[in-house]
Amino acid sequence: MRELTQETGKPTAHDSALGHVTGQAIYVDDMPELPGTLHLAFGRSERAHAKITALDLSEVRAASGVVAVFCAEDIAGKNDVSPVAGDDPLFADGTVIYHGQALFVVAATTKQIARKAARLVKINYQDLPAILSITDARAANTQLEPAQEMRRGDASGQITNAAHKVKGKLATGAQDHFYLEGQIAYAIPGEAGQLLVHSSTQHPSEVQSGVAHVLGVAANQITVEVRRMGGGFGGKETQALFIAAAAALVADQTGRPAKLCMDRDDDMAMTGKRHGFEMQYHVGFDDSGRMCGAKLDLASDCGCSMDLSAAINDRAMFHADNAYFLPAVTICSQRFRTNKVSATAFRGFGGPQGMMLIERVMDHIADHLGLDPLEVRQCNFYGPERDITPYGQQVKDFEIPALVDELAQTSAYGERLQQIKKWNAAHPMSKRGIALTPVKFGISFTTTFLNQAGALVHVYRDGSIAVNHGGTEMGQGLFIKVAQVVADVFGVPVDMVQISATRTDKVPNTSATAASSGSDLNGMAAAIAARSIRERLGEVAAVHFDCAPDEITFEGGKVSSPDGYLNFADLVEQAYLARRSLSSTGFYATPDIFYDRASHQGTPFFYYACGAAVCEVEVDMATGEARLLRVDILHSVGKSLNPAIDLGQIEGGFMQGLGWLTNEEVCFDDKGRLTTHAPSTYKIPTCSDRPDHFNIALFASTGGTVRTVNGSKAVGEPPLMLAIAAHSALRAAVTAAKPGAEFTELDAPATAETLLGALSAS
Amino acid sequence: MSRSAHIQFILNGQLHQVEPVDTHQTLLQYLRGQAALRGTKEGCAEGDCGACTLVVGELSGNKIVYRALNACILLLAQIDGCEVISVEGVQDKDGGLHPVQQALVDFHGSQCGFCTPGFVMSLYAHYRNGRPADRESLKTALAGNLCRCTGYGPILAAGQAMYNYQQPEVMDTVSLLREIANNELVLHVADDDNQLFAPTNESELQQLLQQYPTATLWAGGTDAGLWITKRLARLPTIIMLGKIAELNFVRQTSAGIHMGAMARYVDVCDILATEWPAFGEVIRRTGSVQVRNAGTLGGNIANGSPIGDMAPVLIALGAKLTLAKQGSTREILLEDFFVAYGQQDLGPGEYVRSIFIPTGSAQLATWKISKRFDQDISAVLGAFCFSLAGGRITELRIAYGGMAATPKRALATEAVLLGQVPSEEILATATLSLAEDFTPISDMRASSSYRMQSAQALLRKTFSASHVYLAKTGAADA
Repeated sequence: MRELTQETGKPTAHDSALGHVTGQAIYVDDMPELPGTLHLAFGRSERAHAKITALDLSEVRAASGVVAVFCAEDIAGKNDVSPVAGDDPLFADGTVIYHGQALFVVAATTKQIARKAARLVKINYQDLPAILSITDARAANTQLEPAQEMRRGDASGQITNAAHKVKGKLATGAQDHFYLEGQIAYAIPGEAGQLLVHSSTQHPSEVQSGVAHVLGVAANQITVEVRRMGGGFGGKETQALFIAAAAALVADQTGRPAKLCMDRDDDMAMTGKRHGFEMQYHVGFDDSGRMCGAKLDLASDCGCSMDLSAAINDRAMFHADNAYFLPAVTICSQRFRTNKVSATAFRGFGGPQGMMLIERVMDHIADHLGLDPLEVRQCNFYGPERDITPYGQQVKDFEIPALVDELAQTSAYGERLQQIKKWNAAHPMSKRGIALTPVKFGISFTTTFLNQAGALVHVYRDGSIAVNHGGTEMGQGLFIKVAQVVADVFGVPVDMVQISATRTDKVPNTSATAASSGSDLNGMAAAIAARSIRERLGEVAAVHFDCAPDEITFEGGKVSSPDGYLNFADLVEQAYLARRSLSSTGFYATPDIFYDRASHQGTPFFYYACGAAVCEVEVDMATGEARLLRVDILHSVGKSLNPAIDLGQIEGGFMQGLGWLTNEEVCFDDKGRLTTHAPSTYKIPTCSDRPDHFNIALFASTGGTVRTVNGSKAVGEPPLMLAIAAHSALRAAVTAAKPGAEFTELDAPATAETLLGALSAS
Repeated sequence: MSRSAHIQFILNGQLHQVEPVDTHQTLLQYLRGQAALRGTKEGCAEGDCGACTLVVGELSGNKIVYRALNACILLLAQIDGCEVISVEGVQDKDGGLHPVQQALVDFHGSQCGFCTPGFVMSLYAHYRNGRPADRESLKTALAGNLCRCTGYGPILAAGQAMYNYQQPEVMDTVSLLREIANNELVLHVADDDNQLFAPTNESELQQLLQQYPTATLWAGGTDAGLWITKRLARLPTIIMLGKIAELNFVRQTSAGIHMGAMARYVDVCDILATEWPAFGEVIRRTGSVQVRNAGTLGGNIANGSPIGDMAPVLIALGAKLTLAKQGSTREILLEDFFVAYGQQDLGPGEYVRSIFIPTGSAQLATWKISKRFDQDISAVLGAFCFSLAGGRITELRIAYGGMAATPKRALATEAVLLGQVPSEEILATATLSLAEDFTPISDMRASSSYRMQSAQALLRKTFSASHVYLAKTGAADA
């Protein structure tokens, strides 16, 4: 009975699907503009590292249509838009530290005028040495914080005594988020110095507090609203603030509404990207390929400031085990400052880089022993007595072994491996490769205090329900999932639940919608709020039916007792007349997690999300051009809240990971200027990069032992790392062309040029 | 010349008459500004992401041909006399969703939704033109629409299913369009500092060029549009060529194929692909549907880009240009047209009138190397036109794009191969001689060494029996 009426578990369409296809869904730039609205553009640094000896804004100010120009000296509060470390000025003051850094903002009557005027600035620079690579940074030792080490046992000793050992290195590139909607904010002055800021951000509370700091006012003077973003992927977590702060500054100082809509080229040059990594490994293992000791060294290019680099690099360390038990291990992580735009959060948040490293280790071990890489992976999986991570967390409800077995079977991995060997023997000028790689991804912010969420639920007299929570909608389907959860609490159809824009004056002090935690945290908080209203409604119903409150059920739009039922709306009206509150907040904090960063020990994750993928590729030996031929994915989302949404996240995440590892190359020139600053030069996957043979299935999960919303598991980030299988398969294809050669290294992104380089390497 | 200062077009069934205040105004700016239709999005403002895709209808005899175009780099003046349909105009009278919209909802084809109106419009153009809904056709139709959320599977599935829904009634706009399309007046709009003309025949064009010899000639605008949106250039005089019917023709004779400079990729694709399948493949991978619906052969040549895809293929085929100006015309070989980087053999007041490609028995092989398979600018494009007799190469023209400051023939390499049987030894010598012909640069698309290596590989692929054609065979066993 219950299954029939339940909303969670149904493949309900995205709540904005209709708005999306009709163009009626409103993004910040689509909002009607108020009279007098100013349009803004940043003036950008043309140097990677230099002293500013003169900044002449007179021509900018004099340009027709320009209303105002503001720079560092105009900031009343603090010239800082950093999330943690206080090292990201809104406008460079005296020294520029990356090419593209904001120096000033122009406010004009149109955005074309603002953008053109911004280029009229005259700047004298005195160049300083610019650090543009990890190599440069190592030489100058520009670490942002002391190197971090996670260690268990005597890795060196174990490696020395091991029957076999291998070492190698791997570099992974940066990645631009390329959300289709560029960064944007629209600040509207209210009374008495108050400001309403419409921002395309994953972190409205941080935009609120950041704007307040820049303006030098209390947080309660600033309200931030986010109805939806046109994509986020981590790129609108910390990076939305400086745009919003500039708009707020102009609105505050001029008293006029101010909109800053970033041109794509400005957006790409001025906002952070995924961290590029350079990694090394040295591992010891037995004849079966099982590791006994591992030394893993991770170094990242954090760009010009701290941003979230500490947590991101920590997460790289947390995922350098992936699904594998490392009995004795030392993971060392160095975080380097360079004169590039500050690297930032990006789906996976360091996890993908750490995971790439250990998956490379698996391939190297297999190559060394002449084994099938899948066998080597399987014999290193966490398991009974081998279930403690390098940071001391016990791996529970570990779905990977069963999931990988099932996927190997459904994808016919073994047979295809043999077929490919034959195919390769017959094709001298092109080679195929196949790989199966798993993903185990820790769910929770590793900064424990961030794992909290609030929600606000109202029930109106007609029985309609409004839900607000701290999570933001960026396309991931959070709003519909939370609506489904709330609908089930009241036993009503999901279309009775309206989720409205995220606003800091409705739910305060929220964490970013990040770390895949959106529905886990906000779904819980909303359910808690809804349950407290349901409890009151239950009491009213109990009086009405003269029964005990626990005999009342909410289902199918009805509220039932053993003796009869009321329509939900009728009960609500009764509760109103009985003067009961029909509104409630809800608050949730993830239980049982803790972490001691000093020792890198603890239980930082509530649970792990798991999946695996098989990819088959073909590489042209002459040019290095490659194609992905087939993908098979089996992924666990626990008990899915909405399988349509979850499948969409899995496929989209995979394709984004595929872009990171294949075509998406972030290039800087020798002056530190980003040369891939637009889609003409930066190539995210198109639909022809997606193979026709693309199978995705949800693993029949029991949901595990942890108490999540309806037994569901997070799905935002983990699928991105499924694409590691494609990179591993590319390396296998290259290896097939070089029988008997040394182990082939292949960096990411594996562009045709990189693949040809790997093919030609001796 | 009689002149009109109004731009007229039909937008979602309504006649719009506009006197632009800015000659540089794009259609996207008009839609999102004056027309207050904000369903069409700006994602990149350079014609690469497709978020601003809309559909433009033009009369072709008694019916209207619909084309998906990028509104961000389309000047408002370019749609004078056309019908424009934006995402706000595809629903039926009662507000019911169009099949492509319903299919996108049913197959979960949107996530963040920002790219969705663009996908709706690309699919809508496909639907209105009755194009096939198989995966390959759809991938071609959608190569110019980027989506960062879905991974494309649900969108392709929606496209495959779109004909399964009940066909909606459509408004017949033929007569409405006929009224505004048969405008013989020269469009002339001006703002404070700049002016724009759209002559309707060559003699008007020649007069204007006489008067404004440094004017910017505007063909499809798929490259020049970025001068405005990205460089923020102000062009004092723009002369639009799109209304000059004399410049838009495609004709095949016994000698070869004649094409007007304003023939768009979409106009020439079929005839060229029929004659040379390898040429068709290059065109299919040049830009996207939206770009090929706007971009012209003449524009691609006249702007002299070293990485335009047409020039190397046309040079290899021995194409000739007809250049015209008031009172004179001349013919030159295309390979002689490119003098140096950014410099073409084009005098003041002179323009590219037409292109002629001789047909013969020679074979054509082409190879395009780019980071991404679809909708990417070439790192290297190699074109090889040759005849074999008794195993010997009896006729040969090789041209590359991306290897020098201009599209250029590989003369030293041709000399090594001509008259020879392309044995492994000869090919080894020939690949080395490419280094005499070219000293490519390094940039974000490829390094100098990769450009040379892949150029050499393409030569081998063309002439060596042991190579398979991955790019052409795709996943199929070669």
